[in-house]
Amino acid sequence: MRPGDSVPELTLPDTEGRSHSLSGDGVTAVVFTCNHCPYALAWHDRIAGVARDYADRGVRVLAVNPNDADRYPADSFDAMKERVAADGGWPLPYLRDESQEAARAFDAKTTPDVFVFDADGRLRYRGAPDSDHRDASRNAAWLRAALDATLAGGEPDEPETRPVGCSIKWKS
Amino acid sequence: MKVELLWWEGCPSYPEALEDLRQVLREEGLDPESVEVVEVVSDEQADRERFFGSPTIRIDGNDVVPPPEGDPVGLSCRVYRLRDGRPSPTPDLEDVRDAVRRRAYASR
Repeated sequence: MRPGDSVPELTLPDTEGRSHSLSGDGVTAVVFTCNHCPYALAWHDRIAGVARDYADRGVRVLAVNPNDADRYPADSFDAMKERVAADGGWPLPYLRDESQEAARAFDAKTTPDVFVFDADGRLRYRGAPDSDHRDASRNAAWLRAALDATLAGGEPDEPETRPVGCSIKWKS
Repeated sequence: MKVELLWWEGCPSYPEALEDLRQVLREEGLDPESVEVVEVVSDEQADRERFFGSPTIRIDGNDVVPPPEGDPVGLSCRVYRLRDGRPSPTPDLEDVRDAVRRRAYASR
């Protein structure tokens, strides 16, 4: 999926029993992520911070776990629910992509892999949350810059960066 | 002293871990090029090697950060904890240094 492409029309369930359309109204960030990957874990708090900080501007941030739970039980739907409950809830919904249809439609590569869509459902940014998983002070700067530019009706300075993380665990 | 770094291609952290490991060896007066780098490519090899995820660093067969009891072996990315508690794809540099020092002193 490249900048300018349309968001796929898909609906996925979250850990709280609700369904979410990936192509809903408003600016939307879809973040492929998971429970077992250290990169996803390292960036999680920064992405959750983005969800909190942009909620009042109408931005939806959706976390999507597509990994094969047969080979990676830590990524099962039950394990996702347990993680959210253990955290006392998340500021963003945590969606299960059991069929991996969403990950395939987005051509997601890693966890995390970030996609930002404008209100018309056009991809404006794809890549990493920021430049260094080790440095929390980076604060998901690339994702925030992409949201700021998209909310202002413009283009991010960098519409694509290289996603960094664990490979998506595809079903065989 | 035998220093091994085992890795799997599904996890991109091994170059960073190798760089950290070589830095520690260099700073401790040991040969940074002595690291044996082993790619783990199958579940069978992971079982055989007792591979708890990528990257795994062993010194004389001892994991620099022993995994918790019951952790499964297999092809996955390993989650380490830095000394400040944050999750990380690579071990804390100081944990690697402590392990190197323990083995270096034990072998003298």
